[in-house]
Amino acid sequence: MGKYNQDFKVLTKRELCANTYHFKIQAPLIAKKILAGQFIMIRPNENSERIPLSICGWNREEGYIELIIMSAGRTSTEATIKEVGDSFKDVVGPLGQRSHIAKYDGACVLMGGGYGTGAIIPTARDLKEAGNRVIGVVGARSENLLLMVDELKDACDEVYLTTNDGSIGIEGFVTHALEEIQKKEKVSSVLAVGPVPMMIAVANMTKEDGIECWVSLNAIMVDGTGMCGACRVTVGGKTKFACFHGPDFNGHEVDFKELMTRQKMFVDQEKIAMEAFTGALEK
Amino acid sequence: MANNKRPGPSAKERMAKPRNEMPLHSAEERIRHFNEVPTGYSLEQAMDEASRCIQCKKPDCIGGCPVGINIPEFLLQLEGGDVAGAAKTIRQNNFLPAACGRVCPQDKQCEAVCIVGKKNDSVGIGNLERFVADYEREHDLDRMPEIAPDTGKKIAVIGSGPAGMTAAYELRVRGHDVTIFEAFHRGGGVMVYGIPRFRLPLEIIDEDLKLLEEMGVEIVYDMIIGRTLSLDDLLETEGFDSVFIASGAGLPKMLGVPGENLNGVYSANEYLTRIYLMHANYFPEHPTPIYQGKKLAVIGAGNTAMDVLRTGKRLGAEVTCYYRRSHDEAPARSEELEHAEQEFIDFKWLSSPIEFIGDENGFVKAIKCEVMELSEPDDSGRRRPVPTGESFTDEVDTVVFSLGCDVNPTIPDSTRDVTTNKWGIMMVDPVTYHTSKPGVFAGGDTVTGGSTVILAMGQAKTAAKYIHEYVMGNFEYELNVPTDPEAPGVQWGFAK
Repeated sequence: MGKYNQDFKVLTKRELCANTYHFKIQAPLIAKKILAGQFIMIRPNENSERIPLSICGWNREEGYIELIIMSAGRTSTEATIKEVGDSFKDVVGPLGQRSHIAKYDGACVLMGGGYGTGAIIPTARDLKEAGNRVIGVVGARSENLLLMVDELKDACDEVYLTTNDGSIGIEGFVTHALEEIQKKEKVSSVLAVGPVPMMIAVANMTKEDGIECWVSLNAIMVDGTGMCGACRVTVGGKTKFACFHGPDFNGHEVDFKELMTRQKMFVDQEKIAMEAFTGALEK
Repeated sequence: MANNKRPGPSAKERMAKPRNEMPLHSAEERIRHFNEVPTGYSLEQAMDEASRCIQCKKPDCIGGCPVGINIPEFLLQLEGGDVAGAAKTIRQNNFLPAACGRVCPQDKQCEAVCIVGKKNDSVGIGNLERFVADYEREHDLDRMPEIAPDTGKKIAVIGSGPAGMTAAYELRVRGHDVTIFEAFHRGGGVMVYGIPRFRLPLEIIDEDLKLLEEMGVEIVYDMIIGRTLSLDDLLETEGFDSVFIASGAGLPKMLGVPGENLNGVYSANEYLTRIYLMHANYFPEHPTPIYQGKKLAVIGAGNTAMDVLRTGKRLGAEVTCYYRRSHDEAPARSEELEHAEQEFIDFKWLSSPIEFIGDENGFVKAIKCEVMELSEPDDSGRRRPVPTGESFTDEVDTVVFSLGCDVNPTIPDSTRDVTTNKWGIMMVDPVTYHTSKPGVFAGGDTVTGGSTVILAMGQAKTAAKYIHEYVMGNFEYELNVPTDPEAPGVQWGFAK
């Protein structure tokens, strides 16, 4: 194997909650270049589909990247059944643009929902380094589903937790935490990464309050480099490619309805692919 | 070689012989699978076809070939049954003959200027190139070129498509240490993800990639230059003496009409990539999906549009081509258009889409077109389509745009000192293919904005010659890299 052909080996694997895992993967060249907000494309095995994944951390010296993968469909399941010592067939990146980093008057609030929580950690670090007060908000249905809280606490000045069932932190949604924060201090910028309904709620609320809002869009992708246009999203009335122009966009300008529709493009096929895979595993 | 004492029939008799038609699978049969459409000449047919060449004293066909293959020479060898000799002659100028014999627009190049073609059908040069290359591969003839002693110079080639493969070959032959960096998980570039298997089987591309590796070229996959490593990394820390950028076009153009982001609407790149790179036609064994409906509309009438139409047909759809001009202006290679027409594909000429209409779930259900008519010729020399004011609506459930590509911005975006024009086409000196960045050359779709396999190869060949001079320290030219953002890309790429 030549100098540049990398072995994308699983270095550590840790279960965060049911079906959701944190991986450290050996990828020295990507680790050297990746910036907050960027993503990678993976293929777990030969013949796998290519899927985009966000990054929750990296170590440039030790040459690894950190990802959170929730097994939802066929390809993410192929990925989450990898164990320490196994390798991913392909890992490509870094892709997309860096998150918007600037110095603001008021606080920056970074909100993560579900496995999207990992993606806000690198951006939180960069915003803090740029001299901002950075507040993290993590939301989930229940306490046992909250991810990466300690890591986020390390990266932020303060962290709020919200749960739908009130098992810990504020009862309700991440938007309730944003209300609480705004009662105490000025908020200048918000980044929301998570399920689309959560991003819509945050975008609507910040628009009313006149606060800048960034969202990270997980569109369907094939190549991830701008070649195919599968990840088309409408932002400010214009067609953009999430893989190249994004994945972060101005949340006030995103056509979320279109995004949600496009995310459902292959639901039927995804079920068939998953059944074919579990069927093969059972055999 | 051409002389009056040539044995056999007279020039007049040769010119009168009918062309050996390429045997094809019937349309009814071939639309059920992805196997190649032409089955290839037999040796007998090939020798007979080669004998139709009159061995002109001043053959125009060589000049008509973007890589300058000595066509009369290889035809003469073939006529005498010396297939191995013919293969060697072709390989002096073209290291991808099996691919070029299949996908070159010969009707617009070598065969267009063939003297026999003035009175009769031109000599089947493309078919014969294909025959020779296939014979060579099937008989396992030695394809290894002579490689010059190591120069100690390291050259990075970005992209493993036709331009990248050709440059790598030409530079390795000159004794340089060549590494190809490919963004995808497999090699071949647009020949894999953009050209259907029924036109270009994968084995052919893989054989050529294998030859490069046997020659000592290293191919690195999953590596995006401009991302994983930058151009500056290559030149400054990784020790490369020069870089050749052959990263292709690949940023699909959309139409900008309402409804183009509905589900079931694809760019040709996405549609073809899902199938030919990711094998969605073998779903779910290969888990990449494609939404394949019953009624497919393809917008455009270039080669890629024909590829999409014929692919859709093989996936079982009713297929219609919508093009705003008429049959005669269609930019597709004539053979592709002909094969598509044979394959029960419907063409709606003078139809320009103005809207896509979706159902309640956001999937496309209809296409609305304006009926056009042709007026005066425009800058491209083709008659300009203008709206008649009439329109019609067809029910469809899949739409594919095939309107060409802009250049992918990944490299210029990461390396500001490589200049592009306002369409993103990389600007190069038209003689040497040197970019605005010292030591960095570029060729293929990235400098034309989208062209053919053979033109990309022609440019790569020329560039390789100058890259060689550059790394050997005798590159002394006054470079003329356009700085005007309106400047066009390189239009023509003949090897000199």
